[in-house]
Amino acid sequence: MRGSLWEQLVKQLGMRWEDLIVASAKHLGLVSFSMLIAILIGLPLGILITRKKILTNWVLGGAGILQTIPSLALLGFMIPMFGIGMNTAIAALFLYSLLPIIRNTYTGIQDVDKSTIEAAKGMGMTGTQILFRIQLPLALSVIMAGIRTATVINVGTATIAAFIGAGGLGDFIFLGITRNIDALILLGALPAALLALLLDYLLGFLERVTTPRGLKI
Amino acid sequence: MILFEQVSKTYPNGFQAVKDLNFRIDAGEFIVFIGPSGCGKSTTMKMINRLVPHTGGTISINGKNITKENPVDLRRNIGYVIQQVGLFPHYTIEDNIAVVLSLLGWKEAKRKQRAAELLQMVGLEPDRFAKRYPRELSGGQQQRVGVARALAADPEIVLMDEPFGALDPITREQLQNELIQLQRTMKKTIIFVTHDMDEALKMGDRIAVMKDGAILQFDTPEKLMKEPVHGFVETFIGKNRIYQNPEYISVTDIMRDNPATATEILSPAKAMSMMRQRRTDTLILVDDRGTFCGIVSAYDLQSKLEQIRTIQEISQPNEPILHQSATAKDALIAITTTKFGILPVVDDKKRVVGVITRSSLLTAFAEHWAGKEVT
Ligand SMILES: Nc1ncnc2c1ncn2[C@@H]1O[C@H](COP(=O)(O)OP(=O)(O)OP(=O)(O)O)[C@@H](O)[C@H]1O
Ligand SMILES: [Mg+2]
Repeated sequence: MRGSLWEQLVKQLGMRWEDLIVASAKHLGLVSFSMLIAILIGLPLGILITRKKILTNWVLGGAGILQTIPSLALLGFMIPMFGIGMNTAIAALFLYSLLPIIRNTYTGIQDVDKSTIEAAKGMGMTGTQILFRIQLPLALSVIMAGIRTATVINVGTATIAAFIGAGGLGDFIFLGITRNIDALILLGALPAALLALLLDYLLGFLERVTTPRGLKI
Repeated sequence: MILFEQVSKTYPNGFQAVKDLNFRIDAGEFIVFIGPSGCGKSTTMKMINRLVPHTGGTISINGKNITKENPVDLRRNIGYVIQQVGLFPHYTIEDNIAVVLSLLGWKEAKRKQRAAELLQMVGLEPDRFAKRYPRELSGGQQQRVGVARALAADPEIVLMDEPFGALDPITREQLQNELIQLQRTMKKTIIFVTHDMDEALKMGDRIAVMKDGAILQFDTPEKLMKEPVHGFVETFIGKNRIYQNPEYISVTDIMRDNPATATEILSPAKAMSMMRQRRTDTLILVDDRGTFCGIVSAYDLQSKLEQIRTIQEISQPNEPILHQSATAKDALIAITTTKFGILPVVDDKKRVVGVITRSSLLTAFAEHWAGKEVT
């Protein structure tokens, strides 16, 4: 016997805490970087499909299909394009994060009260002014919810990136499975869960401080 | 001045919402569009600020074809109020009011000052309301802000699409009265859509009655009530509507036009027999040109029969009379001040053209109410 799970965990942590910090940072990097690209591309796409109705179904449908591809398969598909490692992992994580962001941007803008938009138009706001002064601020909480969902999913999915050598907290899980050390699996899984919670909380906080008083309930 | 020439609108789905509209609205007029749901009122209104682009004919404002103007500039110069108000929930009240001003590039201090001025104008205390958010206001207060917002840049034209439609009757009436007051001082050209005939009659200088995308009648409230176009307009207004608004009925429509008149030098006996013959208890005295001189009652005549030589001696020259331009409402008020229940109606030269009696008034109204019950 190697002692209780708890003792093991403490032991592994003692041995590998430096690795853990590096892995966590790398994990966070994978998540942040892929999220950043997903936001930079998903947000404009979401806005675009509120204006070009012919694209709506195609874009939402496409992002939906991406979402259904099993993560390992997606990684497999990406390897020929981006090779083994970080790039592939980021590309895959980016694709997974797209749907919640595009969809929430779209519905958030779409759900802004029609009469508010009509009033804005009737007063002589241009399309861009309506977008930045009315639609985006009013859709912000829905868009943020999409980003939070994507982030949480992303942190979990990013553990799989270890299978293609991208590193991150998945390394511990992977190692734990192959060596059959439960504590090692936990050493990857627990920080990942904590990271997801932390990011979700931070984004929620960010959302609250940026919400105008008139919208707070 | 707004001019519609053969204007029509066919929506992209092929539905023709309005067809061949021709009318002219002068500066300072308060115009009401009324008609059943789906008849094209909002469409007509929104074509003016190009929220709905028209597909046929020409719309011009002050001689300029609106399609030649930039729609954004056009809209900044036309106030717009809608039933749902459409305030921006994330803006304070003063920012909501100042939206157009900020679009026009006004400086913040000037915007704030103007917003306060407008709040005052629509009856909201600036100190209490400027910094609030829309959801902290009641429906009526929100629509006051909606009106203030439309007036912010002092536009010549204000479009209002059922602005008071969602308010309770008391608030609605308050806002109606205030809008009439505002209109008196500011003399905007207001185009106002409503479902409510009472509101239309109360507010409009002229009223356009629409049905199925066409204007059936475009007239003053008075004309509309008096001479509704046969058929839809008549039923829509209510045949007897005018009898709810006696201020729109001319006395010439309800007077008897062959009053029993006599000259002042008539002898009491002849006057007596004349009354019997005409079955009346009053005679209107006139001179040889028909000018009003006074009234003689049967009661006075009876009691003084032996003591007078001509009826002039018992004439009552100071009884109230009505000019022919007066209304039934004036008659209703004046009749209560008469001694004999009779009101001579005279023209500009004070010549008697007819007479209103208590019974003729009663008959005029009773006939229509009775008539209404039958139909
Ligand atoms: N975007 C659109 N596409 C197709 N048809 C439309 C569109 N907007 C309005 N219509 C149709 O045009 C007609 C006139 O609509 P409009 O909104 O002008 O009516 P309205 O008189 O304002 O009615 P309400 O009193 O109910 O507001 C209606 O039959 C409506 O269904
Ligand atoms: Mg309408």
